[in-house]
Amino acid sequence: MTSPAADLVVSIKGLVKRYGDHVAVDGLDLDISRGEVFALLGPNGAGKTTTVEILEGHRNADSGAVRVLGDDPRTAGQTWRSRIGIVAQTSKESPELTVRELVRHFAKYYPTPRDPDEVIGLVGLDEKSDVRAAKLSGGQRRRLDVALGVVGDPELLFLDEPTTGFDPEARRQFWRLVRDLRAGGTTILLTTHYLDEAEQLADRVGIIARGRLVALDTPAKLGGRSAHVARVTWEDGGTTRQERTITPTRLVTDLAARHGGEVPGLQIRRPTLEDTYLDLIGHASAGTDAVAPPVAEVARPADTEREGATR
Amino acid sequence: MSATETAPRSSSSARPAPPSAFPIGMARTAIELKTFFRDRDALIFIFFFPVLLLGIFVTAFGGGTMGDDGPTVAQYYTPAMIASGIFLSSFQTLAIAIALERDDGTLKRLRGTPMPPLAYFLGKIGLVVVTSVLQIAILLAISALLLDVEPPGSLEAWATLAWIFVIGSAGGTVLGIAFSAIPRSARSAAAIVTPIVIILQFVSGVFFVFYELPSWMQQLGALFPLKWLAQGMRSVFLPEQMAALEASGSWEHGTTAIVLASWLVLGLIACRFFFRWTPRGSV
Repeated sequence: MTSPAADLVVSIKGLVKRYGDHVAVDGLDLDISRGEVFALLGPNGAGKTTTVEILEGHRNADSGAVRVLGDDPRTAGQTWRSRIGIVAQTSKESPELTVRELVRHFAKYYPTPRDPDEVIGLVGLDEKSDVRAAKLSGGQRRRLDVALGVVGDPELLFLDEPTTGFDPEARRQFWRLVRDLRAGGTTILLTTHYLDEAEQLADRVGIIARGRLVALDTPAKLGGRSAHVARVTWEDGGTTRQERTITPTRLVTDLAARHGGEVPGLQIRRPTLEDTYLDLIGHASAGTDAVAPPVAEVARPADTEREGATR
Repeated sequence: MSATETAPRSSSSARPAPPSAFPIGMARTAIELKTFFRDRDALIFIFFFPVLLLGIFVTAFGGGTMGDDGPTVAQYYTPAMIASGIFLSSFQTLAIAIALERDDGTLKRLRGTPMPPLAYFLGKIGLVVVTSVLQIAILLAISALLLDVEPPGSLEAWATLAWIFVIGSAGGTVLGIAFSAIPRSARSAAAIVTPIVIILQFVSGVFFVFYELPSWMQQLGALFPLKWLAQGMRSVFLPEQMAALEASGSWEHGTTAIVLASWLVLGLIACRFFFRWTPRGSV
């Protein structure tokens, strides 16, 4: 790979990070281009946050080559830090200070900051400018975090699980904010375990499981990857049965004949991004086609029936 | 201050260097002070605590003297509370606040910005200087106006007050920064730091008259900086002849300077080795 460095905002080759015997990141390769919104998707413990913290310079890799904005994050200096913005997962600090005080103060750290009041407007906190951080709701607090992350006008913004715990309306507002930032030319690396979030926001999605990248593509292509396989579900004597087939019409015709007309509880579904995702992380974590454990960790487990999911 | 225009996105190589440590250290001092004075716990248990204690001691022990030829109660406890205040405002404030900031992610967030690390420490130093100078001023005013304690009368006494304050609070500051690495969480910070400070105050002659303590306690107290801070402050407020009451029969300015300076150096070394931006076990 000899892409010009200027177009590659993030470049990772063979990244490995261990904690004792546990391999958190296991030979990860990834490139992110300027102006792109990239979503790193995976269950808890997959290595998302570890990877991002290495890119931010908060953790050291055990091996591999990492370049962020052309520098090694381990040794990059204050000027490099002025070109990135970080929105980390935890955020309970500075309860005594108001939104405006915090955003104005953080602006002072940067050589070419954005206008603090404009940034407060951008994240939709104008009416909360004089409210102390302790008095903000979870969603408002998260938007304050984003304001602090973007006030330096970063070229690259890290968003680590930014909407965890949001209600649906707050998430939609947050997505609009991310789209605005992207339109302004900011490269964004987003980690999430919400599939719809990746689908809505990302130009490309990387699915990470057990520290490895198991898929990398646009959301549309990932979702459509195995679209020729349909899943047929029906009820048979009180139990739900499910079959995957590339000839659903024939299966349904057979079922109709067997049931003498209507098939109880009949559903035919093409796989969504979520199905593909669950298959991928399931295969990565179990190594078989029985995919059970990760269900609890995705956004919408309810509409995916797992029990009989074989062949 | 914030005449920040929304400049067009600067190209990667043309971005100027971030502002330097000193102006940001000033900005951090301002934000530290705002945070401190809005935090009711810090105000009561650190800023006004020595004033409250002074009031309690004077009320409880009346207007008598400490021993036959000793100082009045107010005369003894004014320097004791000034010494204690310096220690609380530096050591206790920082040991607890930094442990909290490490646990709640403040330090990690700062580390992810171009803020020069030195600016963070300048902000803490600014906080300690402003709060302890104000605290000393309040204690001096109250004891002079309400308790008939003569403020330091000579230039020499003021100079002694100044140098003891400077190395004492500098030592408390670096020791507090270093000690903040010990509590494992924000919740345990106050629980670990407060008892240590209280015990030190008992053995250092802050709560009880030092020269009436059992000698093992005096020897224990003499190992730590607070005893020397308190003794140094007594030398500022008490008449010269009362040096005879001290354990050694003199104010021991030389030893005071050596002990306080040693703790300062020890604290600096400890900061260098123990200070960290992230909680333990997270890297």
